Amino acid sequence: MNRFAIPLLVFALMFVFFWFGLGRDPTVVPSPLIGKPAPAFSLPRLDNPELALTDAALRGQYSLVNVWGTWCVGCRQEHDVLLAIAASGVVPIFGLNWKDDTLQAKDWLQQLGDPYAVTGVDADGTVAIDWGVYGAPETFLIGPDGTVLYKHIAPLTMEIWETEFLPRIQDGQGGAS
Amino acid sequence: MKRWLTWLVLLMIPIAVSAIDVDEPLADPGQQALYEQLTEEVRCLVCQNQTIGDSTAPLAADLRREVRKLVEAGNDEGEIKTFLTDRYGDFVLYKPRFTASTALLWLAPGLLLLGGGAWLWRIVTRRAQLPVTTEEEDLAELDR
Repeated sequence: MNRFAIPLLVFALMFVFFWFGLGRDPTVVPSPLIGKPAPAFSLPRLDNPELALTDAALRGQYSLVNVWGTWCVGCRQEHDVLLAIAASGVVPIFGLNWKDDTLQAKDWLQQLGDPYAVTGVDADGTVAIDWGVYGAPETFLIGPDGTVLYKHIAPLTMEIWETEFLPRIQDGQGGAS
Repeated sequence: MKRWLTWLVLLMIPIAVSAIDVDEPLADPGQQALYEQLTEEVRCLVCQNQTIGDSTAPLAADLRREVRKLVEAGNDEGEIKTFLTDRYGDFVLYKPRFTASTALLWLAPGLLLLGGGAWLWRIVTRRAQLPVTTEEEDLAELDR
């Protein structure tokens, strides 16, 4: 009896580890920012570099911060979803144009539609590092007090918006539901 | 001979050209050493099996620049690692620090060795207590 107990236990333990471990996507790195205040920043606006987009814009309402670039295939893929979210009026979306060509970025928004309330230009990627960004598209959900509530890495879909973002917005107090 | 040397030099060019970090070294050799050490210990998150010192990814270049700035500003190793883990989590360090969440990772090899050793010890001592038999006796036992 005892002879089998130990190998069986070891097998069961390894089974559990592999069952959960191998099912994970290694390219998704959990963000340590969740539950913490959104990192401070001040970036020139894409539409008018004289003006700045700062973290102050993220306070007072739920908002999304979407990291994008015209070089990013996944961003093109999720663009229609962003337009739909913007049209729904639930939250404003702030764009973080990451290491991009400003002219191309403007063209992109003109041709495909602009889902962003404001887009800030992070030309050298410094702000992206403060936000722990490593692969566009990334989308953060920010609470009215400026806390990072959730982060999605990979293109957004309507399904992810409905299952991961919307419930977190409606649960909170004073959410624009 | 001269021709040989020419070829040798020509063959070395690709190696020089492919150097990834082409910035001027920092003025302070101690800081340069720290910078080089850190670029070998920080993971490039786009290309996860490379360090930022090995990778040509734009993000790796940005991270090298940030690390360089922090080193230049006089931050020590611990401060720079905290800067990185605050943003990217423990995964960004190839040698994660010992914390509650990484304790199992660090202790597992020792625990496995101890567990395996204890198991081996039990088997060996139990077998040592068995009566010594000859091959003929074993065969006779089987025949019975």
